[in-house]
Amino acid sequence: MLTYTIRRLLIAIPTLLFISLIIFLLLDLAPGDPMAQMPLTVPPEVRQRMREALGLGEPIHMRYLLWLKQFFVIEPLNILDQMLGTDMAGDAQRVISWQTRSPVADIIAQRIPQTLWVVGLAYVLGVAIALPIGILSAYRQYSWFDQLGTFVSMVGFSVPTFFTGVVLIILFAVNLNWFPSIYDTTHRVTDWDSFVFQIRQMVLPVTVLALYNASQISRFMRASMLDNLRQDYVRTARAKGLRERAVVLTHVLRNSMIPVVTVIALGVPTIFGGAIITEQVFKVNGLGQLLITAIQANDIPMVQTLTFIFAVLIVLFNLVADVLYGLLDPRIRYD
Amino acid sequence: MTETVVPTPQTAPASSQMRDIWRQFRSHRGAMLGLAIFVTILVVVWLGPLVWNTAPTFVDMRSRNQGPSLAHPLGTDQLGRDMLARLMAGGKVSIAVGLTAMGLSILLGTLIGVSAGFFRRLDGVLMRLTDLFLALPLLPLLLVMVMLFREPLSQRFGPETGIFILIVIAIGVTSWMQTARIVRGEVLALKEREFVLAARSIGTSPAKMILRHILPNVLSPIMVSATLGIAAAIITESALSFLGLGFPPDFPTWGRLLYDAVDQIQLFPMRVVMPGIAISLTVLSVNYIGDGLRDALDPRIRGR
Repeated sequence: MLTYTIRRLLIAIPTLLFISLIIFLLLDLAPGDPMAQMPLTVPPEVRQRMREALGLGEPIHMRYLLWLKQFFVIEPLNILDQMLGTDMAGDAQRVISWQTRSPVADIIAQRIPQTLWVVGLAYVLGVAIALPIGILSAYRQYSWFDQLGTFVSMVGFSVPTFFTGVVLIILFAVNLNWFPSIYDTTHRVTDWDSFVFQIRQMVLPVTVLALYNASQISRFMRASMLDNLRQDYVRTARAKGLRERAVVLTHVLRNSMIPVVTVIALGVPTIFGGAIITEQVFKVNGLGQLLITAIQANDIPMVQTLTFIFAVLIVLFNLVADVLYGLLDPRIRYD
Repeated sequence: MTETVVPTPQTAPASSQMRDIWRQFRSHRGAMLGLAIFVTILVVVWLGPLVWNTAPTFVDMRSRNQGPSLAHPLGTDQLGRDMLARLMAGGKVSIAVGLTAMGLSILLGTLIGVSAGFFRRLDGVLMRLTDLFLALPLLPLLLVMVMLFREPLSQRFGPETGIFILIVIAIGVTSWMQTARIVRGEVLALKEREFVLAARSIGTSPAKMILRHILPNVLSPIMVSATLGIAAAIITESALSFLGLGFPPDFPTWGRLLYDAVDQIQLFPMRVVMPGIAISLTVLSVNYIGDGLRDALDPRIRGR
């Protein structure tokens, strides 16, 4: 298992390098000039010097290597410096956002908590709702509960999040006035009242995302439970007189969780990347919203860094899913 | 006492495979309802403009922001444009994008899946490519692609065709991976079957082998993923439009209509709800059709 994990980690390195090359080239070869929005009164020779200052004069492979060095050496050193209070990075050039002229890593660090709170909580809640629904609808297949559950999950899976979000805003923010429609990220939790306000402003975005995640995961849970309920070992367990509760919740559930756990692990990167739309609907200024504004402002370093972070997360959680699969299912041996 | 074997009279017509599939499909209530709704939407969107021939871009400033009336059954928007006509025109574009993008993605997926499954030498390379695409953050990349290539393409082909081409290609290129994996698996299993061996033994060329023997047998998984692909493509297109990176403003699609109406959501919530319901209903019906097709095409379930 350990050798397998190490081997997979080593394979991940060329994959990530290749992905970084794709992202770099896509943004670099694309038409569109970072200097396009400069005023026309700037003389051409100054414009040229500005281009060189941005590092646009170098040949493309040099720029790629420099970007890699910035991303993999200088930025981690800076993060370490901030945590330990040392000065290992010195004053090496960091990845600078063209929008704000401050290091990209600092802006991302400011945005991560909002995304994690809203989207992460929604994912946890979604999983917590999905598992019991999936178990119960598989156990009572074709009952009214199952029919309702499959219908609701089909609807939750088909209705796009920007529509559910907007409908919830109309119902609960405009008509009933229960919850605010905009997420206020400057809000600080200091006492009970502000805590209640924080909960209230999180209700709508979390509901939208939790519904969407729950509908997907409950479909997997139901299918996996159904597969296992028909197996011979279930009959054996019942035949030796185990209580129904033990049969379903220990024997069947444990085995059905194996594929579901990997699906849950594979879904974690979408917490960061996939919530772009929900963040936009509720004006949460998290990572997704940062990406959108960076794209609209042609802020290439920011877009490159964010997309690459999303790619790293996807590769990482693919690995986690594979390793978890091996740990949970003793029949699977990778060595 | 011996029983005499009575030969069963062959009164029922010989059941063909298509008929079996259709019978199984019909027994799936959700799928039938989905098919009915989807066909209705298609008819309304394509034939509706012939009956209701108000132009979707006709601006009538005197009758803006109106509620439903005889002249405008679904009301008008902030520029006095007829909502019914806009919804029909928007649906036409959204569904056309969905169908074309699905076609492209199925074409790519089948091509890569069949080549990877059939030619062993290509397998490793193509599957690494598929894994690589699966590891890309797709929605961010789609946004980036649309942002970067929108100007040159709309200059080359005009704003509407250019964006149409861009969105279809962007969705197609980022959604073929599942199809390729499924098709490859099926092809690998088919290659071990006797009829393929028989065909090979009489010297069938690889091209003919794929066209005559392999492709017809992988058609059913392809059909299922095609149906689900339409739904995914429609959602992606409207998500792009919703983020303001889709079609230009005067060119209605369902996502764009929703996006335009969000600003006035407090005053005119119906204008947001109508395109949203249209998108959701289409996607829901297509997903149900896909579910029914999957059941109908699965020989383990069929006949039960």
